[in-house]
Amino acid sequence: MYRYDEFDHDFVRARVSEFTDQVDRRLAGEITEDQFRPLRLMNGVYLQLHAYMLRIAIPYGTLNSRQLRMLAHIARTYDKGYGHFTTRQNLQFHWPALSDVPAILKDLASVEMHCIQTSGNCIRNVTADHFAGAAADEFADPRPYAEILRQWSSLHPEFSYLPRKFKIAVTGANRDRAAIQTHDIGLHLKKNERGELGFSVYVGGGLGRTPMVAKKIRDFLPEQDLLSYTTAILRVYNLYGRRDNKYKARIKILVHETGAEEFARQVEAEWADLKNTELTLPRSDIEAIQAYFAPPELPARPEGDETIKLARLDSRDFSEWLDQNVITHRHPDYAALTISLKGIGETPGDVSDGQMDAIADLAERYAFDEIRVSHEQNLILPHVARADLRAIYDRLVEIGLATANSNLITDIISCPGLDYCALANARSISVAQDISRRFASLERQRDIGELKLKISGCINACGHHHVGHIGILGVEKKGAELYQVTLGGSGDENTSVGEIIGRGFGPGEITDAIETIVETYLVVRRDESEKFLDTYRRVGQAPFKEALYGSEAKAA
Amino acid sequence: MKVLTANRLTDGEAIWYSDVNGWQETLQGAALAADKAGEERLDSIGKAAFATNFALDVDVIDVQLVDEKIVPLRLRERIRAAGPTNRTDHGKQARAA
Repeated sequence: MYRYDEFDHDFVRARVSEFTDQVDRRLAGEITEDQFRPLRLMNGVYLQLHAYMLRIAIPYGTLNSRQLRMLAHIARTYDKGYGHFTTRQNLQFHWPALSDVPAILKDLASVEMHCIQTSGNCIRNVTADHFAGAAADEFADPRPYAEILRQWSSLHPEFSYLPRKFKIAVTGANRDRAAIQTHDIGLHLKKNERGELGFSVYVGGGLGRTPMVAKKIRDFLPEQDLLSYTTAILRVYNLYGRRDNKYKARIKILVHETGAEEFARQVEAEWADLKNTELTLPRSDIEAIQAYFAPPELPARPEGDETIKLARLDSRDFSEWLDQNVITHRHPDYAALTISLKGIGETPGDVSDGQMDAIADLAERYAFDEIRVSHEQNLILPHVARADLRAIYDRLVEIGLATANSNLITDIISCPGLDYCALANARSISVAQDISRRFASLERQRDIGELKLKISGCINACGHHHVGHIGILGVEKKGAELYQVTLGGSGDENTSVGEIIGRGFGPGEITDAIETIVETYLVVRRDESEKFLDTYRRVGQAPFKEALYGSEAKAA
Repeated sequence: MKVLTANRLTDGEAIWYSDVNGWQETLQGAALAADKAGEERLDSIGKAAFATNFALDVDVIDVQLVDEKIVPLRLRERIRAAGPTNRTDHGKQARAA
């Protein structure tokens, strides 16, 4: 993974020092909240319902054990002994005191981490496929390009005050696990017919109050033009993006109002002046960054097959976990595994300090010191020998993280919602917990098959509900929580925005409604091989509407 | 009926204004405003706390008395006063237990 050079260390240390001074001045009353607020947001400090919240950047979701142990230390020392992984592959602490934030930032800097650009109208943490470098279906590792974008966008003077926040995601496989079409810019790394690396460029995707699927504005951008073309996009956005209305300020609105074709023309015109300038990436620079992401040396471990065969016979639980949470690695003796942070009835994405330490130990011992955070709020060990899977599983059982539910209905994405967030209108965690308990049976979950359920506690859609196969949006109506259900959303290579199925449900009704939808799917699916999303796309809303609303649906 | 609430600058702790204790960390015992004049008084106390950099996110919120207990009308404020419903071991509710 990328390691800081002297410049990076100095840069982050200087920022810690600068923000420490700003916090001191704020606490001494020398600057007002109006003056301080943009400064704290630039450093990831929000104010929520019960306390401040600190959002820590985890570039493209990649961590080493030393960093994860530091997060555990911070959770223990300054917070309440846990952290919350987010849909931007970041980590949030929900209880830090403002007066402790400088010390936390200093600790983070010691392990090459920071909170810069985790808030504000700037280019946010660049996300990537959490199986990058490991997945068997990958053209190339997307993380070197995410790192190049990170370095280029950090404190970029021209793009630090954009009309609105700006999110970029990169994937290096045809199977999109980074939800690139829901981003302001989505980059699909691929090879052209001559075997050269480049990107399909998608622009103007986003969720929030106006969900939109990104439009492809270029089929193949040579890798050396990544920064010049991205600059061109951002210049067009910076110039024409709606600064007059916060709710229309994202690039998706500009692309929509301008038209994708005309927007692409404007970008190409801007690019004509930027192409072949100092923004062109020399091959040597790309290679220098790629070297940081060189795959680990993976010694042959052919004993894996036999070990697994015996372990499967020994433990049905292990066998089920293996089937559900382990995926094929590009190396036949290895696998990539998902550590589910979605225990039945637990808070999605939460992990305790002790669990973080234990995962760091596992990564160090078995996984070449690498941990990934997925945008689905789970952790990944990307490179583990199949022969070691049983030992890892046994340890995960001991620390309560062996839930075998990856991609099943209880693998729920949920934002913090009204339990923590000052923007939320309704709780989302409690809904996730209820649904998780209702569908606790693994046998039932596996019968249902792949089903991505995503919950947001407000229209800002941090829980990605628009692209859930089943999406749930919490709103406040007449002082009470109400949950609106969407069906048919998807955040993969065939991205779609879910459709509202009908009137919403109260907190006491929503789990029953979800169960009704699932039971309807089980009845109308062609057979067990037809997934929920495919069934919905085939049959449409009608059977689900009928099951949920009966005669009311017919009248409508 | 209204009470005055805010978050404390130093640690973000949710606080309410009491005529007896000043700014306190619990809702019960907060000063109640039953009329416009009372509301304006709380509003000015809140503005002063913000201006002196003691508190932020200052707000006068709707409450009712239920069995002599102050209960905010909005769920948001009830959660602020108690703590997160997914972790009853955190927030004010944990201290009360």
